[in-house]
Amino acid sequence: MLKRWRQTVTWMDIVVWAIGVAIGVAIIYGTIVTLREGRYTTGQWINLTIDGLKLGGIYALIALGYTLVYGILRMINFAHSEVFMSGPFTAVFLAKYLNNIGFYNAHPIISLILITLLSTVVSTTVALLLERIAYRKLRYAPRLVPLITAIGASFFLQYTFRGLYGNDPETYPNMNFLKGMWNIGSITVPKIDLIVILSAFLLMLLLYGIVQVSKTGKAMRSVSEDKEVAALMGINVDRIIVYTFALGGASAGIAGILYSLIFQQVHFYMGFVPGLKAFTAAVLGGIGNVVGAWLGGTLLGLIESLGPNLFLSGLGIPAANQLKDGIAFAILVFILIFRPSGILGERVSRTKA
Amino acid sequence: MKTETSSSWKKAINSGLISGLISVLITLVGLVESFARSDVIRGVFTLGEIILFAPVIILTFSALKSASNSSKTTLVCISAVIGLITGFILTLLILLGQAVDLRVMFVNASPSLFNMLMRGVPLPLGALLPPLLCVLVALLILGIYLIPARPRSAIIRGLLWVIILGTLRDQLLLIDLFKVPAISSFLKQVIFASSGLKPIGALLIFVITAGSAYYSSVRKKGTATNQSIKAQKTKRIITIAALAVVVFSLPYALGIFYTEILDTTGYFIMMGLGLNIVVGFAGLLDLGYVAFYAIGAYTMGVLTSPGLGLFHLTFWQAFPIALLAAWLAGIILGLPVLRMRGDYLAIVTLGFGEIVRLLALSDWLKAYLGGTQGIQGIAQPVIGSLEFDTLQRLYYLILIGIAILAFIAWRLKDSRLGRSWMAIREDEDVAQAMGINLVLTKLLAFSTGALFAGMAGTLGAAKLTSVYPHSMTFIVSINVLVMIIIGGMGSIPGVFVGGLVLVGLPGLLTEFAEYRLWFYGLALVAMMLFRPEGLWPEARRKLELHEVEIDRELPSSEVASAGQ
Repeated sequence: MLKRWRQTVTWMDIVVWAIGVAIGVAIIYGTIVTLREGRYTTGQWINLTIDGLKLGGIYALIALGYTLVYGILRMINFAHSEVFMSGPFTAVFLAKYLNNIGFYNAHPIISLILITLLSTVVSTTVALLLERIAYRKLRYAPRLVPLITAIGASFFLQYTFRGLYGNDPETYPNMNFLKGMWNIGSITVPKIDLIVILSAFLLMLLLYGIVQVSKTGKAMRSVSEDKEVAALMGINVDRIIVYTFALGGASAGIAGILYSLIFQQVHFYMGFVPGLKAFTAAVLGGIGNVVGAWLGGTLLGLIESLGPNLFLSGLGIPAANQLKDGIAFAILVFILIFRPSGILGERVSRTKA
Repeated sequence: MKTETSSSWKKAINSGLISGLISVLITLVGLVESFARSDVIRGVFTLGEIILFAPVIILTFSALKSASNSSKTTLVCISAVIGLITGFILTLLILLGQAVDLRVMFVNASPSLFNMLMRGVPLPLGALLPPLLCVLVALLILGIYLIPARPRSAIIRGLLWVIILGTLRDQLLLIDLFKVPAISSFLKQVIFASSGLKPIGALLIFVITAGSAYYSSVRKKGTATNQSIKAQKTKRIITIAALAVVVFSLPYALGIFYTEILDTTGYFIMMGLGLNIVVGFAGLLDLGYVAFYAIGAYTMGVLTSPGLGLFHLTFWQAFPIALLAAWLAGIILGLPVLRMRGDYLAIVTLGFGEIVRLLALSDWLKAYLGGTQGIQGIAQPVIGSLEFDTLQRLYYLILIGIAILAFIAWRLKDSRLGRSWMAIREDEDVAQAMGINLVLTKLLAFSTGALFAGMAGTLGAAKLTSVYPHSMTFIVSINVLVMIIIGGMGSIPGVFVGGLVLVGLPGLLTEFAEYRLWFYGLALVAMMLFRPEGLWPEARRKLELHEVEIDRELPSSEVASAGQ
């Protein structure tokens, strides 16, 4: 037993695991200290959890785009964060216009539908253009080439939108409809938070249904399994890839609106950090896996909002919330090191991408 | 025959629509207006106009190329159609802009932009100007296209020189050498106007550059293999010696303004040489490369800055420690990370880069790293009594640094280790089967790259005598990456080309600064689509990148020959 163990485990593994164990101990210690000292009330914890859930839902929706594309093309669509940005950054002008003519607060639901529609259309268009112009020609290129193209496309889109709409952030007008609190049992939840959480969840359910049940969804899954065999089975691979990009773009567009309802401000750089986190979520859940995207997104949202207060402040680190993004990136690094296939395991075949 | 003409009509209309839409995009992004002030030839055309007509130029050229064996009338029709459609789309934009206030949404759609598109002519007539001009430009392109190949390339080269020199007018006059009264008065009276070139100057430049290009192309054809090896060798030595003299005299010949740019370019070239080992040689995409620059710079800062008061070392005492710190950081990050797939590696390194920046920014480590304010008062290198405290003196230090790093990279490239790196880049599994220790080899690439960046970091810190977390962004990593990709991955001269084109040139063009990343993104995509091997390709890399095409072409040609 010991001999076999010694053969399979290299000193590299030992170093890696030592780092892992050290971090685990630090997290547990920090958590215990925080909880024992009772720094935060139950109400505060509940608020943080709700924050985490709503962010998590948004991450999950963005992560879907990464996961679907990665499943089929084995490439990280780095420009997906700009697909996410383009929708809400365009729709803000419609929202402002509607607000100016007084329609926005008079018919909030119709306005929301219109804005979401515009955002979805723009994001989908950008995603499709990306696929057509930048990626299609590179489908058989060495693996670094499409990734570098995606990075280039990401910057190009960022600065195109900066040039078009300007350097300054735009603000979504306030909507009275979304203000106020709802009581669920003994806890009060901001209305907007609940709306975001619920709509993200329902959308994920819908998208899961599309991928699992519909004929195109089945075709998508078979293409991600094996492109050539799928083509032999009479599936138009090109069309399925286009469809995948469209689905990812649409969900990113909707996620963008949910995101801007919470944060209100939109600007050309808004996609970068959520995009990176959504990618983390996709990897965390297991890339190529729709349920994994949801699980990873939710988990990441929760860790991000609870984590700094839970274990970092317990370790005596001041202003722990500054390191919120750091935690998300650290999770990404560690997931990729210790369990690169994610929680649910990836639906990507084991061939090297 | 009829179907052929109808398909070329369709193609021309398509090209026209695409070029029109790109022109609208370029206009609304603001490129045309912000470059409108830089004249190329005073009173004739500006850089903004070149950018406005660039889509027409490029698409007409490519359309003509794909329809090269059509009759001349077809070619005329094609270029006219492309120009006309592009122009009409611009006309539509103008009319839309007059009807609705586009400025609510598009910040650049200002009255002055429309005025410029109409070239100051009032509305009914002015709106018809873009189609007219676009058709003229397209026909001009056709004219150039119809010239035989050799004079054509000479003419194109001449035109490019005119555009470059005209654009850089202000910057060229800042050169110290040109401030000598005789030269300066010649330049100002004959060549340069108050902005851009004078028509006579432009003509002069065009004749000289196009003429010399044509002459050298004719001569090359005549004496291709006649030169003896010895003659070639002496010629090479002379070129190298001349280059060395030029490089050594640059800071004093060009002046402070240029030395500053050269210094910055120098750091980027150092980083590029390092990243070239990681990405170019070993094929490991590192998107958080700035982290190692930051570690080098911050170690230098922490060890020498009196402001923090932690240590009081001199530059040279801290230098090896900083290098060691960067190298160790490379190993520590590399150990766990290098076992994962290529594209995951890119994301993890990106995450690592962000973590380093966030840590440097945080209040938590403020006592050690200075938080948002960074570290000031970093020591500058001193050798004997010579203090490297001016930009010009630092230039020589950077030059030495680059020389050492370039030498190391050059020697590594064809060493056993270098060949292992390239084997890994081409196929990991096969490399492993050949007995290469994957992890160790990758780790060496990663840590060597980190070391190079660390060295750039120490010198960068010494130049500014300060470090700030805000200058350690993801964008720096991308900048270096773009540099080596444009230059050619794996190619050492490519790093220099990339550095001069992507760091040096933008440093000169201040109007350019706002659109720098836009151009970078465009350059990355265009490069990957059309010339993945870079401007100065490395031979083996080029083969590798075109391998897929060769593979895909082979079976079909075999089938074709079997069919016969």
